[in-house]
Amino acid sequence: MGKTLAEKIIAAHSDQAEVSAGDLVTVDVTVVMANDITAPIAIEAFNAVGVGEVYNPDNIMLVPSHFAPNKDIKSAEQTRTLATFAEAQALTHRFQVGRAGIEHVVLPERGLVLPGDLVIGGDSHTCTYGAVGAFATGMGSTDIAVAMATGKTWLRVPETMKFVYNGQRQRWVYGKDMILRTIGEITVDGALYRSMEFTGMGIADLPMSDRLTMTNMVIEAGGKCGFMPFDEVTQAYVEPRATRPYTPYFADDDAEYCSVHEFDLSTMEPQVACPYSPDNVHPISQIKPEKVDQVFIGSCTNGRFEDLAIVADILQQTGREFHPDVRVMIIPGSQAVYLDALRQGWIELFTLAGAAVSVSTCGPCLGGHMGVLAGEEVCVSTSNRNFRGRMGHRDARVFLANPAIAAASAIMGRLAHPDEL
Amino acid sequence: MKLEGKVWKYGDNIDTDVIIPARYLVTTDPKVLAAHCMEDLDESFAKSVQPGDIMVGGANFGCGSSREHAPISIKGAGVSCIIAESFARIFFRNAINIGLPILESVEAARDAQPGDSLSVNLTAGTITNARTGKTYQANPFPPFVLQIIEAGGLVPYTRHNLGIEI
Repeated sequence: MGKTLAEKIIAAHSDQAEVSAGDLVTVDVTVVMANDITAPIAIEAFNAVGVGEVYNPDNIMLVPSHFAPNKDIKSAEQTRTLATFAEAQALTHRFQVGRAGIEHVVLPERGLVLPGDLVIGGDSHTCTYGAVGAFATGMGSTDIAVAMATGKTWLRVPETMKFVYNGQRQRWVYGKDMILRTIGEITVDGALYRSMEFTGMGIADLPMSDRLTMTNMVIEAGGKCGFMPFDEVTQAYVEPRATRPYTPYFADDDAEYCSVHEFDLSTMEPQVACPYSPDNVHPISQIKPEKVDQVFIGSCTNGRFEDLAIVADILQQTGREFHPDVRVMIIPGSQAVYLDALRQGWIELFTLAGAAVSVSTCGPCLGGHMGVLAGEEVCVSTSNRNFRGRMGHRDARVFLANPAIAAASAIMGRLAHPDEL
Repeated sequence: MKLEGKVWKYGDNIDTDVIIPARYLVTTDPKVLAAHCMEDLDESFAKSVQPGDIMVGGANFGCGSSREHAPISIKGAGVSCIIAESFARIFFRNAINIGLPILESVEAARDAQPGDSLSVNLTAGTITNARTGKTYQANPFPPFVLQIIEAGGLVPYTRHNLGIEI
């Protein structure tokens, strides 16, 4: 019997020749990541373990992203904990405000997570790195602490679900719509404890930014990890960035999948996840055109160059401005994305159109800062979660959508399709 | 090990944003986190929960963010044990890792009503509901996970394995 990507990569990092779904195995970890919310607890737990020094200073990446730039004194104390620890442990890779951004944008962009890696991160969206062919999964702070101390972690080898996308993607439909539709079909626990492999013609021509968007939201279906196939798109993205050698893996044709799900892109519209769950997904044509108070374009889901390009293109093509009653927050996912957008003239374009363009941060996505919502406010967001209270007040309502829907809604002042412009 | 407590009952897909909203993640203090536990869903919980009480959830309990603050806030509130139909995987690991007992039982979770008295035998994995008189067998833990639980969490387990004196 052949092997899935999860089985192959986990086996390669274990002391066993092969592993199968259901096995419990101890594995060597390539990269351990944590952020300004999860690292402080991880550092406390690391100190409690009592080994003194980290196992490998080259593979630990502590990224201030959630409340950074520091929103208050307490968050300043938290990010200082990261910097102090990184310095004391002489960590090779340092991340600072002004030189980094959101971890899930920064790590792939800098070639720090690569095909065949086994990555654990103190952030549930660590699964993003499956787009470049890494086994990557989110864990809590204590697991992160023990991996920092020992270089190892334990895993249950997941069963794998296969998702096949056929047909030609329509205009205004992106990776975001494909993953929202998928979560809408299988629900928020449809992939619980499982790996999700994405494949088909609809994936073959999908750019890397859209692939990162899709694997980013694997956790919204309960998934442990997700994988895009290694192909020319992956190679073109990874090769100029790679900071070290890497090993691509390929799923066997006769690998065992617990289920196979097919989607026809030729009939798929832009999708919107309505409050209060990422699986409450409907095509945009069936959504009531509600008035919108805020639009957020950014996050580890849709804060990349290509996402901002969609917004810039809509503004340039239509010559429109954002609606005067809507607060529009546009937040590039990393300093590199910010600089690229600046060079394209988009920071000026967005600002003249009426948007607040900010330094890179997770900020509004988790109701942290830079755009917290009041009660009953409506927000269209390109992020990944719309749970009750996620972006602020418990009665605020968040609609998750792609950057084109977000931009059109920001212009119209209500939920809108770009074709309406 | 035996536990007894009154039930706080919640539904399916209880996410970590409602267990402890991100606005409180500027501290790691269990007492501060406990004061805001569940407040966007049930304001009475943090005010009225008693030491030893048992939280009961439906399917996919603890989904969403990896924040360990979620089980820390529940443990800090004095909850002795969580029983659910199923747990989201990061939350499952986090609870085990910090020594907060969790049990999976579809029937026990469905039958439990707010205020019911439950007694839990963690060693045997059994749950008894005093109101219905029924006893339920929870799904067993893999032996390796049981060792972490018996050590009191992942940190003491790792110290033991590395030969560091406790």
